[in-house]
Amino acid sequence: MANPILQIKNASITFGDFKAVKNVSTTVYDNEIRFLIGPNGAGKTTLLDAICGKNKLSSGNIVYYNDGQEYNLPKIKENKIVNIGVGRKFQAPSVFSGITIYENMELAAVTNRGLMASIGNKLPAEIRERIDEQLQFIGLYELRNEYPTVLSHGQKQWLEIGMLCVSKPRLMLLDEPVAGMGRRETQRTAELLKIIQKECAVIVVEHDMQFVREVASWVTVLHDGEILCEGTMDEVQNNQQVIDVYLGRGGE
Amino acid sequence: MLNETKAGKFRIQGNTILVTIIFIFLTAAPFFMSSFRMNMFGKYMCFALIAIGIDMIWGYAGILSLGHGVYFGLGAYCMAMHLKLEASGGALPDFMAWSAMEKLPGFWKPFESTAFTLLAVVLVPVTVAAIIGSLTFLNRIRGVYFSILSQALAYALATFMIGRQEYFGGSNGLTNFSTIFGCPIQSTQTKIILFYCTLAALILAYVGCRFLVKRRIGRVLIAVRDAENRARFTGYSPAVYKVFVYCLSAALAGIAGALYVPQVGIISPTDINISPSIEMVIWVAVGGKGTLVGPVLGALVVNFLKSLISEQFPAFWQFFMGGVFILVVLFLPGGLVSIKEIPAKIKARKLKKEE
Amino acid sequence: MDLLLMQLFNSLSVSSILLLAALGLAITFGLMGVINMAHGELIMIGAYTTYVVQNIWKSVFPESLFDGYFIASIFISFLVTAGIGVLLERGIIRHLYGRALDSLLVTWGISLVLQQLVRSIFGPTNVSVACPSFLDKNIEVIGMFSMSYKRLFILALVIICCILIGLLMYRTRQGRNIRAAMQNRPMAASLGVNTARCDALTFAIGSGFAGVAGCAIALLGPIGPTIGQSYIVDTFMAVVVGGVGRIVGCITGSAIIGMGGPIFEFFTTASLGKVLIFIVVIIILQFCPKGIFSISNRVLDE
Repeated sequence: MANPILQIKNASITFGDFKAVKNVSTTVYDNEIRFLIGPNGAGKTTLLDAICGKNKLSSGNIVYYNDGQEYNLPKIKENKIVNIGVGRKFQAPSVFSGITIYENMELAAVTNRGLMASIGNKLPAEIRERIDEQLQFIGLYELRNEYPTVLSHGQKQWLEIGMLCVSKPRLMLLDEPVAGMGRRETQRTAELLKIIQKECAVIVVEHDMQFVREVASWVTVLHDGEILCEGTMDEVQNNQQVIDVYLGRGGE
Repeated sequence: MLNETKAGKFRIQGNTILVTIIFIFLTAAPFFMSSFRMNMFGKYMCFALIAIGIDMIWGYAGILSLGHGVYFGLGAYCMAMHLKLEASGGALPDFMAWSAMEKLPGFWKPFESTAFTLLAVVLVPVTVAAIIGSLTFLNRIRGVYFSILSQALAYALATFMIGRQEYFGGSNGLTNFSTIFGCPIQSTQTKIILFYCTLAALILAYVGCRFLVKRRIGRVLIAVRDAENRARFTGYSPAVYKVFVYCLSAALAGIAGALYVPQVGIISPTDINISPSIEMVIWVAVGGKGTLVGPVLGALVVNFLKSLISEQFPAFWQFFMGGVFILVVLFLPGGLVSIKEIPAKIKARKLKKEE
Repeated sequence: MDLLLMQLFNSLSVSSILLLAALGLAITFGLMGVINMAHGELIMIGAYTTYVVQNIWKSVFPESLFDGYFIASIFISFLVTAGIGVLLERGIIRHLYGRALDSLLVTWGISLVLQQLVRSIFGPTNVSVACPSFLDKNIEVIGMFSMSYKRLFILALVIICCILIGLLMYRTRQGRNIRAAMQNRPMAASLGVNTARCDALTFAIGSGFAGVAGCAIALLGPIGPTIGQSYIVDTFMAVVVGGVGRIVGCITGSAIIGMGGPIFEFFTTASLGKVLIFIVVIIILQFCPKGIFSISNRVLDE
């Protein structure tokens, strides 16, 4: 496979006495769509939180590679992590309701997010084009001057994914991106992920098994904070342990 | 959708018209008002200046400061000390002599210089704001936690100044000025000049802040206000933006304080304590937070009414103030500038009922 | 040394009054997301109720029964302020749930009105109550250090109130409902908890204990229409430092603010003490931005 982009090394996360993630190690490669699946409470979201800096690791390390540089993510502030190319979408859709949809996209798209640059205001034509293109793709172009309060749950998910794409991350972390979407919208998200894949790596937490089957290139199954097994969807599906703890119960 | 955008544009134009009317009125004020009334409006404009600053942090960035009297006070005391030193003409200021001080304390020494004072009026509040801001915002102290801290700050500073009579004139504050930069402070001419200086500062502040909020920084501030963590995970550092806008509003309050002192002739800890600090927030709420014309209007209207009512019925003022505040926050969250939207809102509600 | 002990003992009773006021404030903030700036005025009303009860008692009962007024006024203060609390909650505050900053401003408006109301009725000058004779004694401990009965009484009163609140919150059905609504309001409501009643009840209890705090304050010195304001800042600081929603947080916060201030004042001056305690609070919040005892959750932006 291609170059590694993210290496999780013996990561453990504890909340008080509770060990949410225990000694997890895995490597994500460029242009990969990695799925994290597993029952509720397996530590999937917690692991994503640790990558993007929302949670602290209690031991271990997470290393991120970009442009020949090596970054120890646990030592970097959340907003800096975003600016070196790791984008995150949270489970509950969260967009900025006080500014228009276009302005939401604008804030995500600009490359220099410092204070001085924000006073400067200039939005290069290239970025404006990228925003328009993305808006058209997620079907919100007509609504671009509205406030996000008019959007449905699924549309908000789309907007958030759109904001993520337009910021051109190298590694994208998606937490249940298709929750609250219909079959058709889910299909479209799958298409979008395939396009994104060409330019970056994606880590997705998802319960929708059909969706996983469609897009996953590699699947990691977590259970009780530990890695149960890793492999392609076919391998994972036929693993007896996985069937026992997770898939056998209908995949939730 | 088309209608909506039109309405939005109309609203902005409406506010522009309103602010133009206000500024024309103020420019013309010295020609038809008595010197006393004009002086009053000079004071109200200082308050409007503070209100713009508070609106920048509260209306745009969602930081509710209940201690902005501190920054107003720092600016005011810097200026007042300069005037005091000018008035005592090289001798020790009277209140220091009363508290048996022998010489001017070192930290007041530079305030003999006009240039230093003019700088300090801005830099002292900004420095304090930067320190308080970084200590709180960097550690993600926000919402009511910040509000309560800022309130305690005002309380602590006021208590400190009352206790340190020999440095700050105690609860009497600083007063008895005679000249400002050589001009007699009581003369009508000086008063008119001061009035126009204040107006100029107000217009500059309005235009400057409007420039800022129309830029991307305005959108980032709103984003931080509505979903701070989301903004952080979009790559912005909320703390940096908050500290910046907090310092900006401290600077405006400091300038307002410096313009207030020569026009009113006294500054005391009562003017910077909790109650006046919260009153500042009231002006913004009444006028309409999140629009820049709102706070200007609010500060002028509320204080004009305050003068009128407390001249006529002193006891009634507090009832009025309390009542207005309850009613505005409950029933008119958009403030006075949103009044014109009310018929549309009632209509919408009726439509909803009919459905 | 004995002076310091004296100072410590006195500030202990002040801390305990703060604690009583802070408990009500913390519970209402935890339960409804409402900051009640008028809490100080409820303290003030409690103090004035004591004054009124004293005057009525004097004209109704013979001189020999005078001391009884204070015991009666504790209960009456509780009832009066609890009643006002219910009125405020049902009339105004329930429209502001979850809008902490708005509630802060509205309740400040209420506090202005209440202050002016009391000023119009009782006049702007301070009034005072006579200390009941059974509390008007001191225990000499060592040297200058003596413990006055009234301060000991206040300590005992606060401890009893805390135990009552603890029992109510952790041992009764109503308390369980309140805690449930505090942690997850929609869930509690859908499980059949009458959250509106919970709110009114909690607010009444919080207000009632503010009234008892006012009663205690009346023992310590003269009372005026703005006496609430002088306590409210400290009370708020106690809540912020301690963290919201836990009784132990309130106790810690009140102890830090109530004891810390006077101790600093003892070693420096009164004016510097306030500044120093503010700095201490800022430093504590550097390490725990949501107070020493806070409850964390997974929501990204509340």
